[in-house]
Amino acid sequence: MPHTKELVEKLVDTYGRSRESMLPILQDIQRTEHYVSDDAMVEIAKQLDISTADVYGKATFYSFIDTVPRGKYVIRVCKTIVCEMHNKSGIIETLENLLKIKIGETTLNRKFSLLYTNCLGWCHMGPAMLINDEVFTDLTPERVREIIAIYKNKN
Amino acid sequence: MSDRLKRVDVILGNYHPEKYKILAGAMERPNKDIIQDLIDSGLKGRGGAGFLTGLKWKFAAQVPSEEKYVICNADEGEPGTFKDREILTKVPRKVLSGMGICAKVIGAKKGYIYLRGEYKFLVAQLNDQIDEFHTYCDKLGLDFRVEIFLGSGAYVCGEETALLNSIEGKRGEPRNKPPFPTNEGLFGKPTVVNNVETLVSAMMVCKIGPDQFKKLGIQDSHGSKLFSVSGDTPRAGIYDLEFGLSLEEFVKEFGDGDTKAVQVGGASGFCVPRKKFSQTTIGYKAGLDGDNLPTGGSMMLFNSSRSMYHVLENYLEFFEEESCGQCTPCRIGCQQLKKGIDAVKRGIRPPEYLDQLLKLTETMKITAKCGLGQSVANSFSSIVENFREEMIY
Repeated sequence: MPHTKELVEKLVDTYGRSRESMLPILQDIQRTEHYVSDDAMVEIAKQLDISTADVYGKATFYSFIDTVPRGKYVIRVCKTIVCEMHNKSGIIETLENLLKIKIGETTLNRKFSLLYTNCLGWCHMGPAMLINDEVFTDLTPERVREIIAIYKNKN
Repeated sequence: MSDRLKRVDVILGNYHPEKYKILAGAMERPNKDIIQDLIDSGLKGRGGAGFLTGLKWKFAAQVPSEEKYVICNADEGEPGTFKDREILTKVPRKVLSGMGICAKVIGAKKGYIYLRGEYKFLVAQLNDQIDEFHTYCDKLGLDFRVEIFLGSGAYVCGEETALLNSIEGKRGEPRNKPPFPTNEGLFGKPTVVNNVETLVSAMMVCKIGPDQFKKLGIQDSHGSKLFSVSGDTPRAGIYDLEFGLSLEEFVKEFGDGDTKAVQVGGASGFCVPRKKFSQTTIGYKAGLDGDNLPTGGSMMLFNSSRSMYHVLENYLEFFEEESCGQCTPCRIGCQQLKKGIDAVKRGIRPPEYLDQLLKLTETMKITAKCGLGQSVANSFSSIVENFREEMIY
């Protein structure tokens, strides 16, 4: 993919060719392409002069770096204890029905992915979820319907 | 709030009208005096582990090196903790002051704020504060620069050596200790890694002096502490309270009248049942016994409608996923504990199997490489021992 190659080259110019640049590079690729492809990992390894296995090891270590394609909007619902106690399952059910996918899946148009995540740090305002970097708290099924309606209209 | 539970508002209190005044004051003082003040204040790390902050700074200051680092650990991932975000949102200048004072004392030129990926929305406003901080550093003649390093969703990176590896571009796996980061930290150079709240507390010691600081809190737990209160409580939120309070008073204030148990210190902390509320204080004590619970500030309340089996299952799932997988006791241990309680619950294993699982947590406590694997035993044993019937039936 020529586009990926250019992207990696650009990021290496921005962050530098040292190993410390790897996580920022992976984060930017994740943001632009919604996952880190095999091609991207091979290219990073080449540019930073380290093994591809090393890049793969790093990419798969972090839960916010995906190595399988995700949607443009990744919804991560907190499943840790306090959110769980405050009707997390009702939120998941609403999301699954609205998006017509199960947890872990991506919609066919590649717009939404629905995932679980561990404690987001909003226990006092749970249940909580992230859509990409944006936080939503005090969720109710009604509020989830409103939020998703807004996102469905976004490009 | 009742009189007995004093709200102190030290950490989140208003700024001094003159920006970076405390840092400016610290610039005029000898390093050894600042370190001595910190040691005298008895300030202990606010991330949960509770190491004496003054000693940490002293060790890093003692090592001769051209290159040193100050790291603010804002990888707040412990379930039930959300105070560091509040500090970084409301009083970021206090955190940067603390980092500046530390840099001056140990002789560091570079600092990082390791911010968890979940808090990415804070980056822009923090960067504005950092830019302003840099102009004050220049004015005060402090050769120090701070940058944000963003995490990407890994609980274990809150462990200080894992955090260092993460910044270095390696997998965020903990290192063996020793060497400690104060001797060989980031890129092998002396490094102080402090929790967000610790840096603010250190700055407060510089501001009000060790004697005044010591007046807050009881026994060996000095100063104020931010508590993140959540769960079955009508008053969930963040509270700046005196350290060393009794759990009974806490529950009176924050419980919903039906509190069955309180998890002190998050998933890696201890679960205290109702019958032990009166004999438990929250804070550090010289001799660590089960009745004095250190905490990073996470307080989760459970009322009698909650199944403690589900609570434990939820923690174990958390640990199983967040274990870095580097050492066997933690990687396999977390999986086996989760499978084990499931088997007992389903009747596939006899209730006595719980005792074998307890032995396993003891092994993990001794043999796991870092605090993550070592502390699984805390919640496991305190829940299984106090709520054994709920595990079986």
